[in-house]
Amino acid sequence: MEKIHLEYPAQQPAARATHVGVVGSGDLEVLAEPGESGKTVIDIRTSVDGSGPVWTAQLARLFAAGRLPAVKLEINDFGATPGVVQMRIAQALEEIGHA
Amino acid sequence: MHDNRQDAILARQSFIELSARARARALLDAGSFRELIGPFARMTSPWLTAQGIVPQADDGVVIAKGTLDGKATVVAAIEGSFQGGSLGEVAGAKIAGALELAAEDCRQGRLTQAVILFETGGVRLQEANLGLAAIAEIHSAIVDLRQYAPVVGIVAGTVGCFGGMSIAAGLCSYLMVTREARLGLNGPQVIEQEAGVEEYDSRDRPLIWGFTGGEQRYETGFADAFIADDVADVQTQLGALFARGVPARHRSDRHGDFLARLARVDISRQADSAMVRALFTKGEQA
Repeated sequence: MEKIHLEYPAQQPAARATHVGVVGSGDLEVLAEPGESGKTVIDIRTSVDGSGPVWTAQLARLFAAGRLPAVKLEINDFGATPGVVQMRIAQALEEIGHA
Repeated sequence: MHDNRQDAILARQSFIELSARARARALLDAGSFRELIGPFARMTSPWLTAQGIVPQADDGVVIAKGTLDGKATVVAAIEGSFQGGSLGEVAGAKIAGALELAAEDCRQGRLTQAVILFETGGVRLQEANLGLAAIAEIHSAIVDLRQYAPVVGIVAGTVGCFGGMSIAAGLCSYLMVTREARLGLNGPQVIEQEAGVEEYDSRDRPLIWGFTGGEQRYETGFADAFIADDVADVQTQLGALFARGVPARHRSDRHGDFLARLARVDISRQADSAMVRALFTKGEQA
């Protein structure tokens, strides 16, 4: 298991919290909560050791521009592919009202 | 006719494919679902991360309160895709605690019935004795609560229900199974490892389901309802079982009858599905 901590610029805090996914084979769970204004904080626990660069590259594409609302994301990953990660994060953002 | 069958299949909403949380929501009256100790309570296993295993925020158990046909109901749903639905300290304590509080509510005059969605291989080996202790607490909580209100167990699949939690299933007032379900004390691989592949080949699906599958368990009286993998059918049959109220005699009180039947098994020949069916369906089922 590996832990990854990432921070990005963001807009105003998200309106509400949501939970999506399960920590099952090839899947992940995402806990999304309103963040501190202007700042998105992401904490990842992944079962795939050495996958830090992949996570960093993928999440930078989504969050680095700072256009999304401020969220606090907690991700528990059980070997999800980047495609599944993309869909789960999109699902979480949709449920907190910022698709 | 072909089109009718196709329409029926397309109209059916699978229960097995739902997550534990979605299953709990599907069983309670619309709008009444309220989750207790949900993922944001972050009551996770303190033992998994210490062993390098990614935890789940709700530790794989969803506890929900709501109403079912207007009656106060608590649902404990195990998530089979997280660690095989195994029960550790936290997951087990959530189920035991929910059932104990329901029993306390009954004693205070607030009748609360319970549904347990079994999707579990039993104890979580990484948490060993703490998981076993929690499962024992679940057993005694079921026996306590079932005097006041029915406790209905559902084994939907695909994990099935094994280990100490198969005992919990046996203690329930009523048990519902699908064709996909399996119910047994030991899982097929464990039996194969202990008794040999000639005795029990864990890869032989017809053999495994012939002994522990939902249909066989229903036909031999170890389950009370045989349900389709269909949300509407699960709801209907669950409502019908709760309507029967607390059974006059629980299945687990009939241990004498079961032991007498087991004593009649002819161990000189290889058991098969038909032999088990004959053994448990002949004669009185008091």
